[in-house]
Amino acid sequence: MLPAPFEYSAPETMDEALDLLDALGDESKVLAGGQSLIPLLKLRFASPAHLVDVNRVAELDFLDEHDGVLRIGPLFRHKAAERSGMLASKYAVIAEAARQVADPIVRNRGTVGGSLAHADPAGDWGSVMLALDAEFVLRSKRGSRTIRARDFFSGPFSSALKSNELLVEIRVPAADGRKGGSYLKLERKVGDFATVAVAVHLQMDDGKVKSAGIGLTAVGPQNLKADRAEAALKGRALDDATIKEAAALAAAAAEPKADNRGSVDYKRNVVRVFTERGLRRARERAQGGA
Amino acid sequence: MGRSISLTVNGEMVTADVEPRLLLVHFIRERLRLTGTHIGCDTSHCGACIVLLDGVPVKSCAVLAVQADGRQLTSVEALAAGGKLHPIQAAFKQEHGLQCGFCTPGMMMSSFALLADNPDPDEEEIRWALSGNICRCTGYVNIVKAVRAASAQMKLSAAVPIPVGAGS
Ligand SMILES: Cc1cc2nc3c(=O)[nH]c(=O)nc-3n(C[C@H](O)[C@H](O)[C@H](O)COP(=O)(O)OP(=O)(O)OC[C@H]3O[C@@H](n4cnc5c(N)ncnc54)[C@H](O)[C@@H]3O)c2cc1C
Ligand code: FES
Ligand code: FES
Repeated sequence: MLPAPFEYSAPETMDEALDLLDALGDESKVLAGGQSLIPLLKLRFASPAHLVDVNRVAELDFLDEHDGVLRIGPLFRHKAAERSGMLASKYAVIAEAARQVADPIVRNRGTVGGSLAHADPAGDWGSVMLALDAEFVLRSKRGSRTIRARDFFSGPFSSALKSNELLVEIRVPAADGRKGGSYLKLERKVGDFATVAVAVHLQMDDGKVKSAGIGLTAVGPQNLKADRAEAALKGRALDDATIKEAAALAAAAAEPKADNRGSVDYKRNVVRVFTERGLRRARERAQGGA
Repeated sequence: MGRSISLTVNGEMVTADVEPRLLLVHFIRERLRLTGTHIGCDTSHCGACIVLLDGVPVKSCAVLAVQADGRQLTSVEALAAGGKLHPIQAAFKQEHGLQCGFCTPGMMMSSFALLADNPDPDEEEIRWALSGNICRCTGYVNIVKAVRAASAQMKLSAAVPIPVGAGS
């Protein structure tokens, strides 16, 4: 099927892109990897008058870590995240999620920023960023603002992004000391969206949890942060009883809906089991890794 | 409104006027008349439409033709050279890696990109690399066998290079 007609611009700098978005307002849509947007255009679920293709804006594609912050450019592709040795060694939750987003061909084009902006409650990156307590930098021609991941998502396919804004940077507090993470995803077949997935990121200090982050995928109107489970872990040794308690709290935070992937009870139970497993795996990694 | 794009298609320079909404797969099939690239779904799930853009496999139903401006496009037609099947094609034939053949162009383009990156993949790596390609009739066992056979053959013969662009 053909998309409805639209105008198309492919700016080469961020400023040009922001000028266009500001001038066009609601009429426009950003095109990043296109792996969500183009299928939507084809099905005519979206028909913007003007696409602003940011694929040629090289300054939006980066990954670096300095001054205590990991910075990810919105145009950083799923595949680049999957292949990064630095992410694999320091941010297990990112690396493990990256290889489970969609299929290898979609990952060649899909971007981390596009995925976050799309705000699909079954998207994987949102939960990862909630677990990491990331912040997003949103910029328009009129200025920029920083918003925490937990305040960004506002419902199915809805976020704090305004039509003249671009997500320009994802900031994650750098992992230091003993840390570990995991991303466990239940899918009907390889490459599928999650039935349920759980993101875990842990920082340990002297055998105790310095901070814990837990994000839940596909069990609510948006990616959810399991705050009470996180709080229950803080400052405690990660023994089995503590892990079980946190897993029960994460399951209670889930708001799944029954569908052809499973019942409410089933999905909630998967959240419990995956939180337990994820915390154990993250604990092992925190003990093993520097 | 048309836009002029120029790209390299299987090694040859092509210039065309396209509407921005034209999908790359339609450009390839209907404008270039390269019908080896197939359309198997409406949701970008099946992989029948996979081509290489600058050497990287992409689903051409999820890319706009205008986005290929200035790039190198490689479609399944580039595999056979001088009337001779590429080792990947020969292996799919020999190992019965196809029945109806609908998924085959996409399977071969994914396999081609895999072997360029990793000349000696094991079964799991092959299954992983092909996990964005759906086959509804052959079953994957013979497809995996075909890729293994192609890998063995290509190591022996240092296969003929085909135009794939910078990324491979
Ligand atoms: C077969 C298939 C399977 C998939 N499976 C999964 C899966 O298992 N898990 C998963 O998480 N995703 C999955 N996806 C979606 C995929 O990850 C997409 O890549 C992602 O959702 C969107 O990223 P994109 O770069 O392709 O963005 P696009 O499709 O280009 O854009 C998506 C939306 O974000 C907006 N946007 C993009 N970039 C920005 C920016 N920088 N600033 C502001 N707005 C922006 C666009 O305007 C649009 O509304 C799948 C897709 C397909 C086709
Ligand atoms: S036609 Fe492109 S993935 Fe199915
Ligand atoms: S050979 Fe028929 S779909 Fe694969």
